[in-house]
Amino acid sequence: MIDVLYFAWVRERIGVPREKLDTQAATVMDLIAELKAREERYAWAFGDLASLRVALDQELSSFDAPLAGVREVAFFPPMTGG
Amino acid sequence: MQVTVQAEPFDLGALSNAFAAQVGGAGAVVTFTGLVRDNGGTLAAMEIEHYPGMTEKAISGMVEQAMLRWSLIDALVVHRHGLLAGGEAIMMVATAARHRAEAFAAAEFLMDYLKSRAPFWKKELSTDGAEWVAARDEDEAALNRW
Repeated sequence: MIDVLYFAWVRERIGVPREKLDTQAATVMDLIAELKAREERYAWAFGDLASLRVALDQELSSFDAPLAGVREVAFFPPMTGG
Repeated sequence: MQVTVQAEPFDLGALSNAFAAQVGGAGAVVTFTGLVRDNGGTLAAMEIEHYPGMTEKAISGMVEQAMLRWSLIDALVVHRHGLLAGGEAIMMVATAARHRAEAFAAAEFLMDYLKSRAPFWKKELSTDGAEWVAARDEDEAALNRW
């Protein structure tokens, strides 16, 4: 089981701030493909990867990163702090 | 170093004074404060979402980097989340160094990194509805100078 968190408009499109997923996905990209195939709201949220960022266990990462050993995955748009 | 992420407003004067009072050996303190722009009166409020846990970790990482790179004596970052009105202070940075060049550079570095690498997302609530603030290419490009 892996915790998946969504922020900002990604959260709004998917409709929940976080969920626990049972997945065999090897990489972030595999997880995205799995979710997109699952329901339309995921396809909508993950439609444009250029406007998405991913963090693995609270560290900014990349879509080709492996998920082995990862407990928390977060998807969000580019950050707008400051 | 001090990193605080909070919903409540902060007292800029009190924090600046307390910071400057405990930086023995410093010859320069630079503070920067970011405010909510009211967009000519059309902004009703700004909502700031963040990623509890990662936010504190990411900011602490930036501050540690700045402390080392510019040999800072101390640094402070306060960043708010939640609902803010136009004109309210969103965040502040303070840096203390022996000389002003280091204090200014470190404050600018922290500002550039906070903009694009601290997990905050701003949403503008206006008279026409609500809209997520898009990240700007210039902000991402600004990281290259460091």
